[in-house]
Amino acid sequence: MTATATAAARPAPKTAAPREAIKEPSMVKQKEMIAGNYEKLATAKAMGRKVASTFVPGNLNELIMCFDLVNNLPEINAIQNGLRKKSGQLIVEAEKRGQSEDVCTYVKSDLGMLAKGNIGPDGRPIPSPDVLLLSYTGCFTFMKWFELLREQYKCETVMLHVPYEGEGKVTENMRAYIVKQLREDVIPTLERVSGVKFDIDRLREYLRESARAEEDLVWTLESAKHKPSPIDAYFGGVYYIGPIFTAFRGTPDATEYYRLLRQEVQQRLDAGQGPVTPEGELSKEKYRLVVEGPPNYTSFRDFWKMFYDEGAVVVASTYTKVGGTYDLGFRHDPDHPLESLAEYCLGCYTNRNLPGRIDMIEKYLNEYEADGLLVNSIKSCNSFSAGQLLMLREIERRTGKPAAFIETDLVDPRYFSPANVKNRLESYFQMVEQKRRGAGVAAAAAVH
Amino acid sequence: MSTSDIVARCTGLFEDLNFVYAREWKAARPGRKVVGYMPFYVPRELIHAAGALPMGVLGGGDQLEVIHGDAYYQSYICRIPRSTVELGVTGRLDFVDGMLFPSICDVIRNLSGMWKIMFPKTMARYVDVPQNFRDDVGGEFYVNELNELRKDLGELCGRPVDDESLRHSIALYNENRRLVREVYAFRAAAPWKAPSSEVYLLMRAGMVLAVEEHSRMLGEYLEAALAENRPRRDNTRIVITGAFCEQPPLSLIKSVELAGCYIVDDDFMLVNRWEKANVPLEGDPIRNLACTYLHGSMSTSAKYEPDLSKKGLYLVDSVRRNRAEGVIFMAPSFCDPALLERPMLQNVLAAHGVPFIAFKYAENSGQMAPIREQAGTFADSIKLWSEA
Ligand code: SF4
Ligand code: SF4
Repeated sequence: MTATATAAARPAPKTAAPREAIKEPSMVKQKEMIAGNYEKLATAKAMGRKVASTFVPGNLNELIMCFDLVNNLPEINAIQNGLRKKSGQLIVEAEKRGQSEDVCTYVKSDLGMLAKGNIGPDGRPIPSPDVLLLSYTGCFTFMKWFELLREQYKCETVMLHVPYEGEGKVTENMRAYIVKQLREDVIPTLERVSGVKFDIDRLREYLRESARAEEDLVWTLESAKHKPSPIDAYFGGVYYIGPIFTAFRGTPDATEYYRLLRQEVQQRLDAGQGPVTPEGELSKEKYRLVVEGPPNYTSFRDFWKMFYDEGAVVVASTYTKVGGTYDLGFRHDPDHPLESLAEYCLGCYTNRNLPGRIDMIEKYLNEYEADGLLVNSIKSCNSFSAGQLLMLREIERRTGKPAAFIETDLVDPRYFSPANVKNRLESYFQMVEQKRRGAGVAAAAAVH
Repeated sequence: MSTSDIVARCTGLFEDLNFVYAREWKAARPGRKVVGYMPFYVPRELIHAAGALPMGVLGGGDQLEVIHGDAYYQSYICRIPRSTVELGVTGRLDFVDGMLFPSICDVIRNLSGMWKIMFPKTMARYVDVPQNFRDDVGGEFYVNELNELRKDLGELCGRPVDDESLRHSIALYNENRRLVREVYAFRAAAPWKAPSSEVYLLMRAGMVLAVEEHSRMLGEYLEAALAENRPRRDNTRIVITGAFCEQPPLSLIKSVELAGCYIVDDDFMLVNRWEKANVPLEGDPIRNLACTYLHGSMSTSAKYEPDLSKKGLYLVDSVRRNRAEGVIFMAPSFCDPALLERPMLQNVLAAHGVPFIAFKYAENSGQMAPIREQAGTFADSIKLWSEA
């Protein structure tokens, strides 16, 4: 699931006369940041820098930076390869080498890339990691994924086990367990690998920076409560979470990115404008939706366009919470650095139990005044997908709003059927219309 | 009692999807509780010490028609959660007071939350286990988790779980595991005397019977099997791996045997012998359970292996110890833990020169001919190879 696209990878339009994409300063900034990180990765070995690979949920970027490690996120590479339509062949390659057709396609895209020489999405080599930081947060596959990578790289691997919020709450035992692992295992390993001594004040500084960016991110996401919404919180949201979910949380660059983003969104709000999309601005907001589940990346733009064509805006999504649930109030806290990292990991969306996930969606539907829920169920991802049909029923029961279900995959083009998805969406919008008419009739009847 | 009498009893229990034994156990005394659990492991001693009957829930097999369960799951998710939901929705588990969902994969994990919503009167708990194996880190975490569970089970059963009862339960399960290990060792030594289709049913009986009764049954089976003369075949000795959650249909196990294989080890019901040696009885029983989990338990995909050089060696050990000639990877379709682990285990086997084949199944698979053919070819090729 997890992960984010980036402005750098916004796919080129397919049509002969592409519409001029709107390039806002925040987009330019993000593009530079992403390119910068790939540059760091490509030159890491030459520059004598050590590389850590890790996951988006439970991503300890601030800690990684304390050891001057360059952060490589395999999920992001898979997404970037998906957006560039390269993931399909990588997945086939991994399957040829013994991976099952049934398992997560992020893993297979990554293993396929490795098998083919580890050339990154930008065409430059991805260095072998010096350490695999296995933040085992919210997904069983993570553990196997890094065991598979460890088998190839034979490098140091450190596990951070984040307990699941089975009872819908964080306990002292969970927090203490994570902090102890950080102290006793993760930090000493990173010190050993990097040769850099841990400095907790340095960590505090990064966390302070993170919290600043987090404020602006939350403001941006919540701007979708306005009508019309100035943002799309799913397709657009994927870009907005880019810096904070990846190698930039805790950097002044990220803070600057979110400051720029906030300014831009504020301007759109003031002007009463809708979201920016690759097709241009969405000027007439017809439907407001909440989306559960990750997007499809191999046909990302086509998928988005299906919404654009119908005037549908996603006002809240759960995917933008996989790398942290900041909108529920969490902020990294420099006064309690390790505890705060523990809280952060525990709160990531897929580490929350199913009833908690349903509560979040219900809250979004109400607070963002959405017309209904759309579930994009991802074949790859049991962490997200197992239980989504019950979630859908529960949401319909609790809110009375229509919900619909589509099935795609993250980065396996074989599981994106545009005709099916489009049909499903069209019938869903008809359902929303009917519901509205029904409500209108009921309201009229109440008046007469 | 003969083996066939015992097997007939086990078959009755296995086929009974209304769980009459557990219902009767519960009805026999007022206030009794039943606590269900899913694969691969839960500390059953805690349930027992609370005075409840631990009952393994392993899906619906190939006899249950799944009607409602399919409406809760997409086509690309394995079968066991849907048939388990079916058991719940059709009232077959209406007497179950608590359900434990261990940390095996995201499907079972999410099912724990579904259970809370669908069956709010049942206590549903996710059982986390440590992936850090240091006593002061993962051990401490697990001790606290176990104490939490102990408290919940005590509340459910209306009596706190004291150390003495817990020690007593540990002793009973130690004895049960000793006998389970003995049956496994007996089968590995003389597989023609203890066919796997029988051993499977015997182990399945342990999912529902009270532990004392199951231990008695294991003892009786060993005695009866030893006394019976059965023809010895020139079969190939194989280990089965990957079937630790959703269970294969019994006909599949029989097909593998009919294809010329003696199954000398398997991972069908790990909970029966998860602890490899006795859990100590002296000292703090909770700590003893936690320590045994950390340092004395079996290996499977859901448990992290911190040491790359040890990865998958448990399977090689099993092959060596049980003098197996090959391994069959038998995994449920769409099973992340089994299928992601598989290539790593295969590489380890290849490095140790152990031949293997792989196929997938579902608990309701009906077509056995291809599997029999595949297993038969595998068995024959091993024989040919060893004779060459
Ligand atoms: S299973 Fe889901 S959460 Fe896990 S790595 Fe794959 S896509 Fe991400
Ligand atoms: S069969 Fe595999 S994927 Fe399915 S519930 Fe069991 S462990 Fe999870």
